[in-house]
Amino acid sequence: MKILVLIGNVPDTTTKIKFNADNTAIDASGVQWIINPWDELALTRAMELKEAHVDAVEKIVVANVGRSETEATLRKALAVGADEAIRIDADPLDAFYVASQLAAVAADYDLILAGIENADYNGTAVGGMLAELLERKSVSAVSGIDLEGDLLKISREIDGGSQQLNMSLPLLAVVQKGIAKEPRIPAMRGIMMARKKPLNVIAAADAEALTAFDHFELPPAKAACKMVEEEQAASLIRILHEEAKVL
Amino acid sequence: MSVLVYIENWDGKLKKLSYELASYGAQLAEKLQLPVKAVSLGKVDEATLQNLGKYGIPEVLSDTNEAYNTLDNSAIAKALFAATEKTAATIVVMANNNLGKAVSPRLAVKMKAGLVSAVQGLPISTEPFVVKKMVFTSKAFAHITIKSANKILTLAPNTFGLVEKNVETTLTSFDAGLAASDFETTVVSSNKVTGKVLLQDAEIVVSGGRGMKAADNWGQLEELAEILGAGTACSRPVSDEGWRPHAEHVGQTGKIIAPNLYFAFGISGAIQHLGGVSSSKVIVAVNKDPEAPIFEAADYGIVGDVFKVLPQFIEAVKELKA
Ligand SMILES: Cc1cc2nc3c(=O)[nH]c(=O)nc-3n(C[C@H](O)[C@H](O)[C@H](O)COP(=O)(O)OP(=O)(O)OC[C@H]3O[C@@H](n4cnc5c(N)ncnc54)[C@H](O)[C@@H]3O)c2cc1C
Repeated sequence: MKILVLIGNVPDTTTKIKFNADNTAIDASGVQWIINPWDELALTRAMELKEAHVDAVEKIVVANVGRSETEATLRKALAVGADEAIRIDADPLDAFYVASQLAAVAADYDLILAGIENADYNGTAVGGMLAELLERKSVSAVSGIDLEGDLLKISREIDGGSQQLNMSLPLLAVVQKGIAKEPRIPAMRGIMMARKKPLNVIAAADAEALTAFDHFELPPAKAACKMVEEEQAASLIRILHEEAKVL
Repeated sequence: MSVLVYIENWDGKLKKLSYELASYGAQLAEKLQLPVKAVSLGKVDEATLQNLGKYGIPEVLSDTNEAYNTLDNSAIAKALFAATEKTAATIVVMANNNLGKAVSPRLAVKMKAGLVSAVQGLPISTEPFVVKKMVFTSKAFAHITIKSANKILTLAPNTFGLVEKNVETTLTSFDAGLAASDFETTVVSSNKVTGKVLLQDAEIVVSGGRGMKAADNWGQLEELAEILGAGTACSRPVSDEGWRPHAEHVGQTGKIIAPNLYFAFGISGAIQHLGGVSSSKVIVAVNKDPEAPIFEAADYGIVGDVFKVLPQFIEAVKELKA
């Protein structure tokens, strides 16, 4: 079995977001780029599956749609333990465009793992769109994956609870928290080995974007916090009732 | 051309979110001067679906096939696509919840529709079609143009509210034409949370962080939530420690919520935490550290000990409700 893990390249979660002068794009100066947190957990789980089922999992490949600056992030994924990386050389214009690019390379993989959200534009769509383009089954909000012979044992969150599922391959799983406990950090040896692993750059396929960013805005500044003394805590409940009118 | 609203059900029941979606769909259709319809998949009482009329839905297509209960992503997308063909829908509205996030991208490919998830409010303009959404985990908003003729919008729960517009609702029975083989998800077991306000549905949320010190200390926090009819949430380390279930984790890597009122007890207010809660209408913070960043995001604050404040809050709420 071959596993493909989709890798988003996003600003570090502590980044203070700024935009360019006309607010049409993020100001990337000083931004640290990281593997999208959910994708990092997906890769970690893929590694765990490979280690637990050496005979079943043949290789793990990571893929990203982006320009050459995202290669550092792909190298990090290789250092964590992926066997190969693919970069499709295109600007990730929107979810449909990205999914269309990935569809050109993803069909061969039995299991595809996508993160539930990209921590940049907070879209949630690439995984599901890719599944539809490949005409394959998908499960979303996956918080656990295990392999039992040809069967995938899956836990997913539903609105109002959780479920255990049995699914067969091929499958695309859109994963979230819980899929792996802690993301794996690359070790020195991994970083050395990553330099020799293949990172294949593929030309973009013909595809179109269906949406476009017009401009960005920052949320309005918040008014100062109104403080209440600890001994007067009860009065805050009155304020919430009478002034804020939320109780 | 028309607007189609996907109304899901939870064991045959609708909830506030369903009426919020109906309200949004009806308002959107009015703005675009298009007809609006809704589609329901699974077994739901006629009387229940008729309630959608109160929020402006004049017709509901209802396919009562029980196999939809398996929440098979691809089957539901197929059925919704059949419904868009039947109603000549060009815009589909659904919830930005687990199911909406799972099926909207699949439907978008079938319809070749531009999809924007978690939109805030009605479109800013309709020609071109521009909507606003949160990006960078609540650190900014983006105005997004949908270029394609077909469009899908998912709405974050509790961001639009209910708008009454009483109309008569006709129910039309609908067969999306799915075969048993279209359902490929085998559900082995389900674990549904009962008797508690779900975090996603909650208008008030009571949340605890590491400052609560231990799993055993949640009694008062739960009591406050109970008398307020609130949902409970927590910061990431709290769920990582196993003090609280994962489903309660809010923030960048957990749930993003937008209640009317969010109480943060013993939460420092890390940027990744705020990303999940900063769309709350009012935030109340209780923290013993006056420098905690949570106070920069909060509307009301108390510098103090959670264990001294909680009992006072509980008494005051009891008095208020009495
Ligand atoms: C990639 C990434 C993603 C992340 N995603 C999330 C996420 O989704 N959600 C999330 O919450 N975090 C997330 N984090 C973690 C985040 O950075 C913080 O570590 C976390 O939010 C801190 O949780 P806390 O506020 O409960 O704990 P702490 O930061 O330890 O804060 C505890 C607070 O309690 C106060 N306190 C202690 N005792 C008392 C008392 N008796 N009375 C009153 N106050 C008291 C302290 O003053 C302190 O401010 C993420 C981090 C990373 C790197």
